[in-house]
Amino acid sequence: MTEHLTIGFLPLVDACLPILAHEHGFAEEQGVALSFQRDVSWATVLDRLLYGHSDAAHLIAPLAIATTLGRGRPAQPLATPFVLGLNGNAITFSPELAAKVAEPGKLSDPVRLGAALAEEARARVAAGKRLRFGVVHRYSSHNYMLRYWLAASGIRPDEDVEIVTVAPPFVADALETGEVDGACVGEPWNSAAVQRGVGVIVLATAQIWRRGVEKVLAFRAPVLEARRPAVEALIRAMRKAGAHFVDQANWETNAEILSRPEYLGSDPKLILGAISDRLVLVQGAEPVRYDDFMFQHREAANFPWVSQAQWLYSQLVRWDHIPYSAEDAEAAARVFRPDVYRSALLETGDLLPGASSKVEGGVGKLTAVTAQQGAMVLSKDTFFDGRTFDPDDLERYLDSLRNG
Amino acid sequence: MRIAIVDESASRASIIEEGLAQLPDIELFVLTERRGLLARIEEIAPDVVLIDLGNPSRDVLEEYFTVSRVVARPIAMFVDESDEEAIGASIDAGVSVYVVDGLASNRIRSVLDLAVRRFNAFARLQSDLAEAKGKLAERETVDKAKRILMQSKGVTEPEAYAELRRKAMSSSRRIVDIAEAVVTAHELMGGE
Repeated sequence: MTEHLTIGFLPLVDACLPILAHEHGFAEEQGVALSFQRDVSWATVLDRLLYGHSDAAHLIAPLAIATTLGRGRPAQPLATPFVLGLNGNAITFSPELAAKVAEPGKLSDPVRLGAALAEEARARVAAGKRLRFGVVHRYSSHNYMLRYWLAASGIRPDEDVEIVTVAPPFVADALETGEVDGACVGEPWNSAAVQRGVGVIVLATAQIWRRGVEKVLAFRAPVLEARRPAVEALIRAMRKAGAHFVDQANWETNAEILSRPEYLGSDPKLILGAISDRLVLVQGAEPVRYDDFMFQHREAANFPWVSQAQWLYSQLVRWDHIPYSAEDAEAAARVFRPDVYRSALLETGDLLPGASSKVEGGVGKLTAVTAQQGAMVLSKDTFFDGRTFDPDDLERYLDSLRNG
Repeated sequence: MRIAIVDESASRASIIEEGLAQLPDIELFVLTERRGLLARIEEIAPDVVLIDLGNPSRDVLEEYFTVSRVVARPIAMFVDESDEEAIGASIDAGVSVYVVDGLASNRIRSVLDLAVRRFNAFARLQSDLAEAKGKLAERETVDKAKRILMQSKGVTEPEAYAELRRKAMSSSRRIVDIAEAVVTAHELMGGE
């Protein structure tokens, strides 16, 4: 019997896996029929998920944690059995700011750019007009990546600069009108600003955390339990869609599909750029290649590492300025469900990590790790400042961040 | 009670405004511009904000409320978190509600019910309009097909229509579908 799932999403390239699972028939093969509900704000995607308009949602990972902990609205437990992708965001500055602190046309070195930006930020504070940056949501990896980088560069995100929320489709507008001096947003919205000549891409978020967790597929926890077979079928279908997505032979076809009005409704050329890790950094320039700009499939990219959820919780504590609580930390960790991911894929021969948690940022070079089946190799996953995050030592990590 | 209506569609905003104006002790403010939204909200200091669910500024607004809750007033979303049915109805209608300073829930309820009814009224109006437009286009197609038949077969208008209807009945399709086929065939054969 075919089960049916409705998936809410925002028009972004990293909504690709469920869409392609549907379009290429991988979902149908697994006996699950998908339909989609497109929205333009995360608040709406979340509302529809919480009140049953959708069964699952393409969601910014920190928002799944924040919702479970009841930040911003009444608490409801969410469950995430699948990471839709790692990274895929960039930081775009206004041409004026880029000319001052970066080398337009090149992806900057995050340490050098951070230092130059810190100087500019201080000058702007002295002049009484703080630099202002846009992120897509308070509880987004965009916000956490940007803040992580700023803080490690000696810029206090809440004092030395201003960080505001700007909806992705309006990032280019906000840069053009001077509402913001820079923004951290997903594709194709950085490229859209570059295309209009109102922004210059200076950094990929993968340069801040090489394997940073980005979007997840979220369910309400009771729905995940009640519809477990359909959820597992969807996971298998999305793994197949991922293999299809990363195969160069399919890039153009997939860019075309995603560009349709019912999905992203955007220029297939820009989408192809993100898919193929090639970004035009300045209006009119040749694309620059940055390996693993988006990371959707290899090296257990979709595996919901519990340590990723715990890192997100550490950043929530840090930037919401709330005390650490062991109870919250545990609730946050439980949002990521490697057990469901595993049981979905156990029979398929897909590679499954042996552990469910790891030291994030701890893999400095190619490393073989224990897998339940086969051999699994993880490549570099470092943070730009060389810090590591040990989930068993969350409190000490928070202390170390506080004390610089 | 001060109510801010945030809607990029001016016609929908005015339908909602008109409905809510029936309530006693209400001051209404309509915001249709995305730019400067937060500054306007701050100025108005509303007790309730009604916003279209599809409005891209919702995340911006939530961020603002989250921050302002930290510094000043409490924010509740929708009526009461336990009132699932009311929230469901409001999402179905496409409206999101923010209650800014914990107003009595019985007062909010009447605002919400009315807002939901007005949003539904607007949706009906839209679909009626779309249907009317569709009907108009259908009639044009049938007229075109009739003209083609009149010219190519030298028949009168009622005869041309009768022929379309006969074909439609014998093939259990709609007249407009037959007319469409006639027009397409005519274009393919080099007609204008």
